[in-house]
Amino acid sequence: MTEEIKNSGWKLRKGTIIEAKQLTKTERWFDIKLDDGELGHEPGQFIQVEMLGVGEVPISVSSSSTKKGSFELCVRAAGRVTNYMQTLDKGAIVTIRGPFGKPFPTKEMEGKDLVFIAGGLGIVPLRSMINYAMDNRDKYGKIDIALGCRTPKDILFKEEIERWENMEGINFSYTVDKCDDPAWKGNTGLITTLIPGLEIDPAKTYAVVVGPPIMYKFVIAELLKKKIPTTQIILSLERHMKCGMGKCGHCQIDSPKNYYCCKDGPTFTYEQVKDAKKL
Amino acid sequence: MKQFILKKKDLDAFIKKLSEKMKVVAPVSKGGGNFAFDEILSADEMVLDYIPTILPPKKYFMPQREKVLEFDVSGDMPKDTAVTDAEPLAIFGVHTCDLAGIECLNGVFSEEPEDANYMARKNKAFLIGLECNKYCDEHATCALMGTHLPNGGYDLFLTDLGEEFLVAAGTDAGEEFAKGLDFMPEASSENIAALDKLRENKKAIFKNEIATDVKELPGVFDKGAESKVWGDLGEKCLSCGNCTNVCPTCYCFDMSDTLNLDLKTGYRTREWDSCQFETFALVAGGENFREIRGDRQKHRYNRKFKYPVDKYDKFFCTGCGRCTRTCMAELSLKETLKSLVKENL
Ligand SMILES: Cc1cc2nc3c(=O)[nH]c(=O)nc-3n(C[C@H](O)[C@H](O)[C@H](O)COP(=O)(O)OP(=O)(O)OC[C@H]3O[C@@H](n4cnc5c(N)ncnc54)[C@H](O)[C@@H]3O)c2cc1C
Ligand code: SF4
Ligand code: SF4
Ligand code: FES
Repeated sequence: MTEEIKNSGWKLRKGTIIEAKQLTKTERWFDIKLDDGELGHEPGQFIQVEMLGVGEVPISVSSSSTKKGSFELCVRAAGRVTNYMQTLDKGAIVTIRGPFGKPFPTKEMEGKDLVFIAGGLGIVPLRSMINYAMDNRDKYGKIDIALGCRTPKDILFKEEIERWENMEGINFSYTVDKCDDPAWKGNTGLITTLIPGLEIDPAKTYAVVVGPPIMYKFVIAELLKKKIPTTQIILSLERHMKCGMGKCGHCQIDSPKNYYCCKDGPTFTYEQVKDAKKL
Repeated sequence: MKQFILKKKDLDAFIKKLSEKMKVVAPVSKGGGNFAFDEILSADEMVLDYIPTILPPKKYFMPQREKVLEFDVSGDMPKDTAVTDAEPLAIFGVHTCDLAGIECLNGVFSEEPEDANYMARKNKAFLIGLECNKYCDEHATCALMGTHLPNGGYDLFLTDLGEEFLVAAGTDAGEEFAKGLDFMPEASSENIAALDKLRENKKAIFKNEIATDVKELPGVFDKGAESKVWGDLGEKCLSCGNCTNVCPTCYCFDMSDTLNLDLKTGYRTREWDSCQFETFALVAGGENFREIRGDRQKHRYNRKFKYPVDKYDKFFCTGCGRCTRTCMAELSLKETLKSLVKENL
């Protein structure tokens, strides 16, 4: 006796890939248009991408909510579903659930200076916030962008980054962990080396940091040295996720507070999660 | 709400009346001192003097494995249908600890966004509780958790008064059903006095098993975050996941897709998962947020005695003792709590 249920959280939304591009060997970018209109997300949120018959994975929305008509994803080949997604091209139908999660605090940050720091794939979710700030330039003060990745070959969104670099009122720096390409004009070294040089008025600055777990510890230590309050350091954390709705239990963060990464996050203030065992 | 009397000799008539309306499940013996909720058609099939069943009644609300979505990717446009298989169901003889467990799950799955599959089943369930007049065994910690007494969550609730059951209605549906049975008169003042006396006697039988107020426990867990107790558990635990499977308040799940042999149609399954498994918090890239067994055990305890207290203002342990009874490494929840309290209070 099986009955169809209306409004189940498992019901899917459908869309079409209107553009796809290979950004690096392992990362593929998609522009997706939904049948039912706008995705309706805010910067920092994610969706569950549903590859029917293969599985589902949480993926950050990489485009800003100021972009209308379609939304963007950038997916790294990491396992079963994400490898399958590398085969998708323009015209392919995709199904999703979401958007899910707590967005970056765009309202609270208004009127403040912003420091954006991303390591590796962290640029994918942070890009939604950076472009949001660019499109609402008058709402925010001075903007610093510090990005890092492994080698110049791994740089994502190169053209867009060049645009940011040349915009007025934006302080931009890029570093790669290692490099043997003489044409590389950016810095070499870990992303933490970019922070001491930033000129910051800590009380009126929000730092938004996204990167792999290992990066947080060191970057946050540098930001704290700059005296940025713990409530003004914003992170986006990654956890194993299965539902995106605060039910499956997978994404629980080990901290004295009871946080589900999918629902209470993925964006958190450092203050919220500073006692977590791992970030 | 009204209270009624059900003579033990009329129990079978009660079950028969119930089965006219819906499927009835109740505790039955599975041999070797084990019990399970299973379908019954007459009263003599069930055992009311039972210790907590192998699996708690959660299996009827959140089956171990369930289909949540059917899909068809054969055409240009994939089709999908969200499904559930809820049917009217009476669960008879549910102990107070298990009623408390169902209440915990109700809280989780009714929280926004509501879980449609769980709620569909919950809304079709008719719950008939049964009071414990004595301990089931030495592993229970129901007096600590205050779950040895009824605390709502039932349509009808039975207390054994010797020759008869006192039957308290908890919902309109429960009251309506009892009223419709001509062999169930309303309880007299003597019956109610007998119930009061029984409850009074229970105070001498059920004593806080760890001799510490449950309200102290979240603090004990805060202070004991780095306790050696966790390492000790980690040394012995086999990561089998039995403790979470049998727990009435464990609800973590995994999702997976299956393609049928036509490679075009298929379905999505939700299945019980366990935080005790090594891969539970592992992410692509190799980071594991709870790599060692001690951390996973600590996590399980935190999700009973600390996190839900912050989140739902409720403990998510019902004191049923199932995790201890089932543990292959003979790890005891009661002893673990005692060691933690000793060290951190
Ligand atoms: C909020 C959030 C946003 C993310 N955004 C992006 C993004 O924009 N681009 C991108 O390439 N990757 C992103 N990831 C990581 C991505 O979800 C994983 O790489 C992906 O789940 C791996 O699935 P798989 O089937 O390819 O790998 P497998 O190793 O086969 O994974 C099997 C299952 O484990 C779970 N799982 C494994 N790794 C992760 C993980 N890192 N996070 C969550 N669940 C995991 C998933 O349920 C997955 O279906 C994000 C993760 C989270 C939590
Ligand atoms: S933790 Fe153990 S005693 Fe507590 S409810 Fe779960 S199975 Fe029962
Ligand atoms: S039942 Fe015992 S051995 Fe198995 S995971 Fe639980 S604590 Fe470990
Ligand atoms: S992903 Fe299921 S609870 Fe967060």
